[in-house]
Amino acid sequence: MRESRSPALRIVLLVASLAVWEAAVRLLRIPAFILPPPSQIGAALYRGTVSGIYLEHFWITLAETLLGFALGSMIAFVVGTALAASRSIEYYLYPFIVMFQSVPKVALAPLVVIWFGLGITSKVVSAALISFFPLLVNTVVGLRSADEDRVDLMRSLSASELQIFRMLRLPSALPFIMAGLEVAMVFSLVGAIVGEFVGAEAGLGMLIQSRNFSMDVAGEFALLFILGVMGLALNAILVSIRRRVLFWDPSQKAAANAASIKGAL
Amino acid sequence: MGHSADVIAVKGLRKEYQTPRGTVLALDEIEFNVAEGEFVAIVGPSGCGKSTLLKILAGLVPATRGEVKLHSVSITGPRRDIGMVFQSPVLFPWRTVLDNVLLPVDVQKLGRESNRSRALELLAVVGLQGFEHRYPWELSGGMQQRVALSRGLIHNPAMLLMDEPFGALDAMTRESLNLELQRIWLERRETILFITHSIAEAVFLADRVLIMTPRPGRITEHIPVSIPRPRALDVISVPEFGGIVRRIRSHFSAKNGMEA
Repeated sequence: MRESRSPALRIVLLVASLAVWEAAVRLLRIPAFILPPPSQIGAALYRGTVSGIYLEHFWITLAETLLGFALGSMIAFVVGTALAASRSIEYYLYPFIVMFQSVPKVALAPLVVIWFGLGITSKVVSAALISFFPLLVNTVVGLRSADEDRVDLMRSLSASELQIFRMLRLPSALPFIMAGLEVAMVFSLVGAIVGEFVGAEAGLGMLIQSRNFSMDVAGEFALLFILGVMGLALNAILVSIRRRVLFWDPSQKAAANAASIKGAL
Repeated sequence: MGHSADVIAVKGLRKEYQTPRGTVLALDEIEFNVAEGEFVAIVGPSGCGKSTLLKILAGLVPATRGEVKLHSVSITGPRRDIGMVFQSPVLFPWRTVLDNVLLPVDVQKLGRESNRSRALELLAVVGLQGFEHRYPWELSGGMQQRVALSRGLIHNPAMLLMDEPFGALDAMTRESLNLELQRIWLERRETILFITHSIAEAVFLADRVLIMTPRPGRITEHIPVSIPRPRALDVISVPEFGGIVRRIRSHFSAKNGMEA
């Protein structure tokens, strides 16, 4: 069968499913505090956007996510490089890592809020904690993935270990690192929202909770929609960076890896 | 043999590996010399220790016993004046063809600017003029191996080690690369040690063929090939060629998996 790809049909399907949703809610008289119709969600989205309240909290959550992502990724890259470089460092750090890895990082969020307060810092730390592992694992695996013949070639040219790292191991690890970054970004947003759920003065997660308390489910849906758009946009940025950085990786391993890990979340 | 013009001098070389099941003797009593500008081929079946020998010569693996000298200096580790070409091209996909050729220049900090024209020259010699800004994955296997050959020569090595460089290519590409390698060698007179499991390839290319037998790897005979150069592909039909091939093949039983 020929593969069908019609952008128009895509839009029709989307509109149709929204119409079915709208009709079902109205005909079955489902109360708006259980499932609001798309029209109400749209109205809530419009109101919150025009009043500027969504945007204000959007920036805060975005900042928490990006700062947490940057912090977690930097530490993960440094620790991952150390682990890959030295078997003895791996030997001594391994018990800590296994211990840390086996704890669901989300469960640490209350502790983090106690330590770092209700402000942005605790969300950044929580985002960093949760986004740390995907990149750590991928950095270690990636740096060890360099082809043995290529290592032999570099050695036969009497390259130093630093040169082998810079000219061979790091580029070889890039597909893995990019995949790790994509997952870390998704996780980081989760970390920021969880941090806001536990205790916050601002942010989209805090706003979702306050809408929930006031039974404003349409407002909640509008916020979920905004979070979805944010996640998509962040991912799109990383994908376009990956395409540029990994132009030489025809297999695009990164894409496959990232997809599989993200799906598991 | 053993005069000062020797680039490589190997004496009493022995290599043992420690495995959980005991010591394995990979190479034993290896002795040979390669003179300046000489093209020497080592022919032997898979698993006879050819690649181990090459790694010892490249300074990647230490010998258990014996002497390996390059220009009368013992090889104790990797050296800057050895070029290597492997069975697979071993190119870096994130580097352009030109940058791949310049890899030894970058590693040994020989100056990119001064070597750029040299790299372009080498690429022209192997017939890759105009491909310098392409990436390896845009080239065929044979073209990739030509890039690897240029890279092996860029830093003017005293010795070019080639480990079954055309073994992974199809027969036609392999023949044309054999012809080209001969042409390049006739122009430049590099000192080449060429490892192969194809008897015909060894006889076609080399001034001298060393026969290596397995378990443990030993060099059992040196056979000079005095067929005049340049040799054409139909040299195979010359009686002298057939004679040498038969003489080499008599060293190996059929089960050793040798190519003609």
